[in-house]
Amino acid sequence: MKEMKQISLLRLLTYVLCIALTLLSIMPFLIMIVNSTRSTTEIQQHAISLLPSKYLFNNLKILTGKSFNPLVGFRNSIIISTGATLCTVYFSTLTAYALVVYDWKFRNAFFSFIMAIMMIPSQLVSIGFYQFIYKIHMTNNFLPLILPAIAAPTCVFFMRQFMIPVLHIDVVNSARIDGAKEFYIFNKIVLPMMKPAIATQAIFSFVTNWNSLFLPMILLTKQEKYTMPVMVSLLKGDIYKTEYGSIYLGLTLTVLPLLIVYFLLSKYIIAGVALGGVKE
Amino acid sequence: MLSPSPALGKRNRFLEEQHMKRKKKISYAKYGYIFCIPFVTAFTLFTLYPIIYTILIGFTDFKGLGATSFHFLADPFQNYKDILGSPTFRTALGNTFRLWGWNFLPQILLALLLAVIFTNRRHKIKGQGFFKVVFYMPNIITAATVAILFGSLFGYPMGPVNDMLKSLGIIDEPYFFMQSKAVARGVVSFIQFWMWYGSTMIVLISGILGINPEIYEAAEIDGASSWEKFLYVTLPNLRTILIYTLVTSLIGGLQMFDIPQLLVAKSGPDNATLTTSCFIYNQAFSGSYMYNRASAASMIMFIIIAILSAVVFYIMQDRSDAAEKKALKARKKQVRKAGA
Repeated sequence: MKEMKQISLLRLLTYVLCIALTLLSIMPFLIMIVNSTRSTTEIQQHAISLLPSKYLFNNLKILTGKSFNPLVGFRNSIIISTGATLCTVYFSTLTAYALVVYDWKFRNAFFSFIMAIMMIPSQLVSIGFYQFIYKIHMTNNFLPLILPAIAAPTCVFFMRQFMIPVLHIDVVNSARIDGAKEFYIFNKIVLPMMKPAIATQAIFSFVTNWNSLFLPMILLTKQEKYTMPVMVSLLKGDIYKTEYGSIYLGLTLTVLPLLIVYFLLSKYIIAGVALGGVKE
Repeated sequence: MLSPSPALGKRNRFLEEQHMKRKKKISYAKYGYIFCIPFVTAFTLFTLYPIIYTILIGFTDFKGLGATSFHFLADPFQNYKDILGSPTFRTALGNTFRLWGWNFLPQILLALLLAVIFTNRRHKIKGQGFFKVVFYMPNIITAATVAILFGSLFGYPMGPVNDMLKSLGIIDEPYFFMQSKAVARGVVSFIQFWMWYGSTMIVLISGILGINPEIYEAAEIDGASSWEKFLYVTLPNLRTILIYTLVTSLIGGLQMFDIPQLLVAKSGPDNATLTTSCFIYNQAFSGSYMYNRASAASMIMFIIIAILSAVVFYIMQDRSDAAEKKALKARKKQVRKAGA
C-alpha cells in the first residue's frame, strides 16, 4: 500500500516536471507571438499578456519601414540553404558510395581521414576562408556559402553507415551485366535506395545552414544579400531600440517558418536525432 | 619443344580467366577515386587551404581592412605571446569554459533523468511523443533569434520577466538583469542548456533502448533496485554515448558564438559573456582588423580543443581497457582454479 502511494507520487512528480519543461519551451515563443500583435505602449504597461491585440499591421509597417526586410532575408536564406543542402546530400552519398562499393587502395585511409576532419572546429577555417574569398572578390556572393557544403564529413559518415546494410553488391553487379554505366547506377539505383537517409540528412543540413550566423555575417556586407539570422541581428541595433512590438514581430517572422516545418517533420527529426547523426 | 598437355591448357585458361576477373575489378576501382574527387576538391579548396592560410597569417603582421600584403614577423610567435598575455583573451577563455560548464552539467543531469523516466518499462509515461517534440523544439530555432528574444524577455525596465516578478510580488522595482555579471552569464548558460537538453535526452533514450533487456531482467532477478539498475546497468552501458555527448558538446561549446554575441550589447558588463569566438570575431572583423592575432587565437583554441578531446577519449578508453583486463584476469584465475 505504502509502495503504491510512493509510486503514484513519483508519477505525479514526473508529470509535473514534464509539464513545467513544456511551459519552459513554449512560453518564450508564446510571449513573443502575442507581443508581436501589441503596441509598444501596451508592452510597456504590461510585458506579458495572453490576449493578442490589434497592432500587428502597425508593427509590420514600422518593422519594414526601416532596414529589416523579412522577404529579402527569407529569399536569400532559401537560396543558400537549398543549394547547400543539395550539395551536401548528393555529394556525401556519392562519396559514401565510393567508400562502400569500390575496393581501392586508399579506401580505409580515406575513411579514417574523414573521421578525423569531423573534429576540425570552424573557427580555424574562418579567417583564412574570409581572406581567400575576399581575394577572389566573392564576398556578397552566395556561392562561397553553398559550395563548401560539398565536403560534409559528418554526412558522409552517416550515409556510409546507412548504405552498408541497405546496398547489396549483387544489385550493382546485375546492373553492370545489363550494361549500365557506374555513374548511371549511382544516380538511378543507389540514390533512390538511400531516400530515407537523404531525407533525414537533408532536414538537418537545411536547418543548420538556415540558422548559420558566423560566416554569412562576415561574408555578406550588403543588406540585400543578408540571410535571415543576419537580418535578425539588425533588431539588436539602435534603430529598433524602443519599437518593442516590431522587434517581437521581426523575431516571430523568423521563427514561424521553422516552427511550421518542425511540426510537420518532427517525427523524422526526432528519429534522426536518435540516430545521433546530427551534432555538427 | 614440348606441346602443352590438355590439362595444362585448361589450367592456363583458368588462370587467364582469373586474370581477366582481376583486371575487371581493377578497372572498377578507379571509380572509387573518381567519385571522391568532388569531396576532396571542395575540402582542399574551402577547408584545407583556408586552414593553412589561417596558420600562416598567425605568424605575420597581417592586419587592417582590405590589406593584401603581409610579412613574417621577426619573432614568429609574437602574436601567440600577445594573445596569451592579453587579459581580455584570458577572460574570454575563462568565460567560455564557465558558460559551457554551467550549461553542460544541468543539461546532462536532466537529460539522463528524463531518459530514464521515458524508458521505464513498468510505468509508461503518457504523451512521450509530445514531450520529446516539445523539449527538442528550441534546438531547431535560429540561435540568433533566441538570443535577441531572451534579451527582450529580460529587458529593462519593462521586460516580461520583470513584469512577471513584479506581478508575483517578488520584486518591487524593475531589475536591470543584463547589468549583473552573474545574471548575464547565467542567462547565456541557461539558453544553451534550454536549447540542447532535449537533443541530449533523445540521444540518451536511444542509447538506453539499445541496451540488451536481458541484462535488466538478470538484474531484476538478482533483486536490484531501480537506483542500482541505473548505477550498475544503465550508466556503464551508456559510457560510449556519454563520451560522445561530452566531446561533441565540448567542441560545440568552446566555439559558442551566436548567443553571447547577440544577447547583451558589448559582451555584457566587464566582458562577462565574451567568449573566445566573440574575441576572435572582434579581433578580425571589427576595430583594427587584426587578422594575425585572430588567427593565432583560433590556433590556440584548436589546440585546446584537440588536447581536451584526446584527454577525454584517453581517460574513458583507458578505464574500459583496465576493466576488461581485470575481468579477463579474474576469468583466467577461475579457469586455472577449475583446472586445478
